This record gives sequence, C-alpha cells and structure tokens, in this order.
Amino acid sequence: MNWNFIIFSLVKIAIAIGVVQGIVMYSVLAERKISAWIQDRVGPNRTAPPFVKYIPVVGPFLTRLGVFQPLADGLKFLVKEDFTPGGVKKIYFWIAPALAVIPAMLTIAVIPFGSNIGAQKMVIADLNVGILYTFGIVSMGVYGIVLAGYAANSKYPMFGGIRSSAQMISYEISMGMSVIPVLLIVGNLNLSQIISWQSTHGWMVAYAPISFIIFMVASFAETNRTPFDLPEAETELVGGYHTEYGSMKFALFFLAEYSNMVSSSAMMVTLFFGGWTLPFWGLDHAATSFGMGIAQIFVFLAKMLFFMVVFIWVRWMFPRFRYDQLMDLGWRRFLPLALVNILITAVWLWLRS
Amino acid sequence: MAITVNRKKLTFWEKLYLPAIVGGLKVTLKHAYNTLFLGKVVTMEYPEQKWTLPTGYRGAPYLVKDQDNSTKCVSCQLCEFVCPPKAIRITPPGEHGQKADRTNAEKMPAEFEINMLRCIFCGFCQEVCPEEAIFLQKDYSLTGLSRSEMIYNKEKLLSLGGEVGGIQKWKLKLDEAKAQENFPVKL
Repeated sequence: MNWNFIIFSLVKIAIAIGVVQGIVMYSVLAERKISAWIQDRVGPNRTAPPFVKYIPVVGPFLTRLGVFQPLADGLKFLVKEDFTPGGVKKIYFWIAPALAVIPAMLTIAVIPFGSNIGAQKMVIADLNVGILYTFGIVSMGVYGIVLAGYAANSKYPMFGGIRSSAQMISYEISMGMSVIPVLLIVGNLNLSQIISWQSTHGWMVAYAPISFIIFMVASFAETNRTPFDLPEAETELVGGYHTEYGSMKFALFFLAEYSNMVSSSAMMVTLFFGGWTLPFWGLDHAATSFGMGIAQIFVFLAKMLFFMVVFIWVRWMFPRFRYDQLMDLGWRRFLPLALVNILITAVWLWLRS
Repeated sequence: MAITVNRKKLTFWEKLYLPAIVGGLKVTLKHAYNTLFLGKVVTMEYPEQKWTLPTGYRGAPYLVKDQDNSTKCVSCQLCEFVCPPKAIRITPPGEHGQKADRTNAEKMPAEFEINMLRCIFCGFCQEVCPEEAIFLQKDYSLTGLSRSEMIYNKEKLLSLGGEVGGIQKWKLKLDEAKAQENFPVKL
C-alpha cells in the first residue's frame, strides 16, 4: 500500500473537484453576462452581500460584474423545498440527477491539467486508455437524462429524454470516429502521451483540423448545448427532461451540463490544442520547477476557459436545429466525413512511413 | 392543392454552414464589443435612471395650491362622485366648520383622502374639477408598507401636489370669453 500515492491522489481529486465546481458556478454567471453583452444588455449587476458596499471602488465594481450572483443562486437552490411530485417514479426520479452529475465529474479524472509539480504528475489517473475511458464515461451521461425524462411520468420530459438518447448516441459515434485520426497520428491512447507528442510536433489541430471540427460540434451535441439543445428545448418541451425537477435536484442537472462543458473543453484542449503546453517561454516541456508547474496549470485553465466562452458564445448566436436536421447532420454528414478523415489520415501515414 | 415553394439552390460554400457561422459569430462579437467597450446598452437601470415623462402623462392625482399658497379645493365633491374606483373620499367641513383659507371660496375640505391602491389614474377628477384644484402629476411609483399608508390624506396630497400658480381658472375663462367675442356665434 502506497500511502503517498493515496494522499496525493485525494488532494488532487479534492482540488480538481473544487476547481471544476468553481468554474461551473462562474460559468453560469459568464453565461448570463455574455448573453447580456451580446444582446446589448447589462446582466446581473445588483447582488452583493451587505458588507461589500463598504469596500471602496472594488466592491461596487465586483457587484456590477455580478461576482456574487452565483453565491445567491447557489443559496437559493439550497434553501428551496426539495419537492417530489406525486406521479413520479420515485427511485429513478431520485437517482437521475446523481447519474447525470457523476459521469460528468468522472471524466475529469483522466485529464492532465498540468505536467508535474515536484514528483507529482498533474493528472488524477494517468490511464493508458484515457480516451476510451472518457468515451465510456461520457456515454453513461445519457442515462441520467433518459431516466429523468422517464421518471417524471409526464410527456414533455419523456420527449426530452427520448430526444437526448437518440441525439447523444448518434453524436457519440461521430465523436469517437473523429478522434481516431488523432490516435493514428500519435499512436497512443494515453492523454499525457498525446500532449507530450504535441509538445514536440506542434498542436494536433494543425494535423487533424476536420477531426477538431467534428469533435467540437459533437461535443456541443453531447453536452446538450444550443444549436443542439433539443432535450431541453424550452420553447417546445417546456423544459425538457428537467421539467419536474426543482431545488437542488434541478441544480444537479445544471451542474452536470456545465461539468460536461468543462470536461469537453478540457478534452478539446488536450487532444487538439496541446494541453498544458505553450510553444514559447519554455512551457513546451514537462515542468522542472514548482513555478513552471503552476504556470502550466494556468495555461491549461486559460485554454479551457477559452473554449467555455466559445460554448457560451455559440449558444447566444445559433438558433436551435430541427430534429431531422440534427439527425441528418449527425448521420449523413459527420459520420461519412469522419470515416473519410480516418481513411485520409491512414493513407497519409502509410505513404509517409 | 399542394403549393411548391421554390427554394433557392444553395451553393457548396453556403451548404458548408461555415461562412454563415463565422458571419453570426462576427455579429454577436460586434454587439458584445459595443456593449462592453462603447457602452451601447439598451438597458435603463431603473431606480437610478428614470424616463423623461411626456407632457400630459397621467400619474398620481395630487391636490394643488394656488399662487397665494392656499387650498384651491372647495369641497364640492364632484371628484368623489365621478371617481370610477371610488378612490376619493372627502369629508366636508360642515355648517360650522373651518372656513376656506382663500377669498372667493366658501369652504374647503376638512379631510381629503385618495386611496392610491384604488386609484386608476384615469384623470376624471382633474377633468371634472371646477376649481382646477386636483391634477394628475408625474409620480408613478407609489410604494408603502401597509394599506393604510397608501391612503394619502389632504396634508400629504397638498404637500406632494405643490403650487400650481400659473393656472388661474377665472383668468382663463375670461380669456376664452374674450376670444369668443372675436368670433361671434351666428344663430
């Protein structure tokens, strides 16, 4: 039994979960603020605990930025009555939010969010089958939504659940296919190895741009984000699969959606944008000092947050797809494109060898 | 009969979606830039910023005083009668009550109450008032912590209404009469 390993793993898990939760909280705020800016509005700018007004300059500025809004939102979710409607299937109704959140959080486990600090690798589980693990876990995420839709025992959540199951299964295939060229080029499933390959050869997006586009679109579909948010289409399905949910159980679905965004962004950064590396300032190889290790974590976070912003930005720009268009795009455009992409990459690698 | 709508054939470039996506991103980015850095915001932050109300805006009705700072209301109770939601309640001074605090008037109300919770801001009271003593002014956000607080009494109404010295009813009537003399009515 290696106590060192256990303790450091626990610390890393605690920090990773904490950071992800923090990002989730503030990405809700970012969502509201960015939507406001895009729509020529102001966004949340009032909420503040009472002591803040005594801080000069900084206090009003933070209030105006809405920094305290997520705290108020969280508190509201916590103190609301945890209500279970009469007609629901109780067991499924209760486990569905957990089933949505757990896979969303589990994906973070294999993502290398930094090179190393001291002797510790900055990844919770450095699996040799990192990508396979991710896909396995991500495909579990659909259960939460489907169960929520089924358990609600009402038609709109049911529609939402059915839509999401079809959508997520369809896009998982193109998503999986889109990553295969990356694996062909690197020759390894380990995410750390993929990053170290990119640090010597340059970012993967230059080698497999089509893969990146397919992966990105598919991850929008996987996370049920706006052009593909059919499972929760407010205008058609009231609220989709979480219509019957309230208080903390609803918040858990929210948490799951945003955690999925975080992990998708992290996957995109890891697979296509060199993870924690930067081609300059000597950040392109594993850290040799403590400061450099920290810097690389921040590089990773910055890249990830960029993609989070893209996720949010796209949401406030696109109209929702029609369901047949969604399926058309998934099966008749992206799947063949991904297959051709694999073929081209394979031929190119074969010719080069 | 089925109607076939002729759709424009999309070119390959248009079918790619990508140019449209980039165009959309540019539009939203421009809007975000305008709001963030140029301050082109459509939101009016209400309690701090307020509308400029147009003339003729019908806000809350208040009693006004004349140029000598005395009550214009003569307690005729026409407004009380005409008020559709019965928001106005006037207590007349009675036979031996207080005399009016101005000349040309016999009496003034002992108490004049408007229930602002009932008032519908219709302006009938202003229209019916023969003494031009009540005006719909530009207050629209009336708040209070209790129902009784929302019943405004004479003192409060007079202080809120302020002085409308410019309006002198009989002078106005005189001007009207003079104007009519220039255009004699043919029978």
